[in-house]
Amino acid sequence: MARMKFLCDADRCIECNACVTACKNEHEVPWGINRRRVVTINDGKPGERSVSMACMHCTDAPCAAVCPVNCIYTTADGVVLHSKDLCIGCGYCFYACPFGAPQYPKVGNFGSRGKMDKCTFCAGGPEADGSKAEYEKYGANRLAEGKLPLCAEMCSTKSLLAGDGEIIAQIYKERVTKRGYGSGAWGWKTAYRETIES
Amino acid sequence: MVCLARFARLVIGTGVLLLLLVSAASPSIAQQVNPTASSVKEQQLLQELNRIQGRVSIPDQRSGVLEQPAGREWREFRNVTLHWIGGIAILGMLAALIIFYLIRGTVRLQSGRSGRTLVRFSSVERFVHWMTATCFIILALSGLNVTFGRTLLLPLVGPEAFSEWSQWAKYAHNYLSFPFTIGVVLIFLMWLAGNIPNKVDVAWLKRGGGIVGHDHPPAYRFNAGQKAIYWIVVIGGGLVAATGYELMFPFYLSGIEGMQLAQVVHATVAMLFVAVMLAHIYIGTIGMEGAFEAMGSGTVDVNWAKEHHSLWLEEENARTGANDVRTQPTAAE
Repeated sequence: MARMKFLCDADRCIECNACVTACKNEHEVPWGINRRRVVTINDGKPGERSVSMACMHCTDAPCAAVCPVNCIYTTADGVVLHSKDLCIGCGYCFYACPFGAPQYPKVGNFGSRGKMDKCTFCAGGPEADGSKAEYEKYGANRLAEGKLPLCAEMCSTKSLLAGDGEIIAQIYKERVTKRGYGSGAWGWKTAYRETIES
Repeated sequence: MVCLARFARLVIGTGVLLLLLVSAASPSIAQQVNPTASSVKEQQLLQELNRIQGRVSIPDQRSGVLEQPAGREWREFRNVTLHWIGGIAILGMLAALIIFYLIRGTVRLQSGRSGRTLVRFSSVERFVHWMTATCFIILALSGLNVTFGRTLLLPLVGPEAFSEWSQWAKYAHNYLSFPFTIGVVLIFLMWLAGNIPNKVDVAWLKRGGGIVGHDHPPAYRFNAGQKAIYWIVVIGGGLVAATGYELMFPFYLSGIEGMQLAQVVHATVAMLFVAVMLAHIYIGTIGMEGAFEAMGSGTVDVNWAKEHHSLWLEEENARTGANDVRTQPTAAE
């Protein structure tokens, strides 16, 4: 089985936000929620870099570890999914997540946050693959159709890579060797406890 | 003169020309610099600030925080440290109370009941006490469910039933915090006068409060033990309320790191609070004969007052006149 990961090559990202838009459209993400976002560091200064970030589908995911109702689980592909039927909207995953991935559809006062929503690696949820219930709660299940996450698939500069961790790490390594520089695999150390040597 | 002016013009002209040359040359120097050499380094940023933040073009500016691995320490607290704190405090207190009960038993009224009673807590005081107490019990159970439910209850009832219960428990926890907080504020104001520590408390504590042994040190309306409970409720209740509201209204007071800290304070104080309240419930019920009536019917036996709150009884007698002590038929309880 593949171990699915995201990798954003910050030296290629041009902050076009197409990944953000594609994600919102593909999954009909609720208003106010962005499962993916592009953060620009050192904006306007030398060394500026943009990084596209969503749930990193961590190894030993902290969100799953702290969930009081145990509604978050890791699939055989290494994708971190959750059940909106079991979620009580307590906000614990959102305290634990290093990447700010879990979000809530309601404004949040009085604890009535609604069910947590986050990136599913285009892999839906616990419902039957491709079912209407799954689409309504989690969005499209592209992985079940043999497709990779749309954000990475349509990235115009191929900055965002999604797929088997070893393969995307290999692609990134080759790029770094060829062009002679690389600002690293953002978030990998935090999410997977490993970096890509370049 | 003319010669000198011509020379000066030449010098200035050369200078300007040189300046132009230099300024024209500088962009070509910049072009030789590798633009990626100064790129931001993730590990360096994390070491400096323990978080990486930038600019986002989507409306939600809070999503500008790219990475904050501090959640790892919070996870360790929530999943390991807190379990130990809660386990030791609550089970330790239960064990201590059981052992104490087996050794000491119920503290009896040494001189028996006199049959005469006097008012200890008015109906308003009792209402505030029981409102706060009821809220506290529900808040404690629903709070303990968040910490221990997944380990203890989830395997017994299954995920669906556990989620359903936890959802209701969460709503109860959030909404009952309001009457609880009002109760704590009223308790603070209502009983403040009787709970200022004084010399009598020192003597009371030196004599072991009558808990150890069969001594009956004098006390005013509240003895040192009750004063301790009062201040624990006021300060502990204030802390859990403040940190709880910070969590209930996300991003009003702080970002994620502030909420992690708030949860740490909230959970730690709450665990200790529960342990202390177990002792309070013990001494108010099976621990001491005649104590529950004070908060139950609001009246206590005169002999109970004499043994446990002698100075208070004197005060009451002086205030009402000794023969005026409101006599009531002995209650059945």
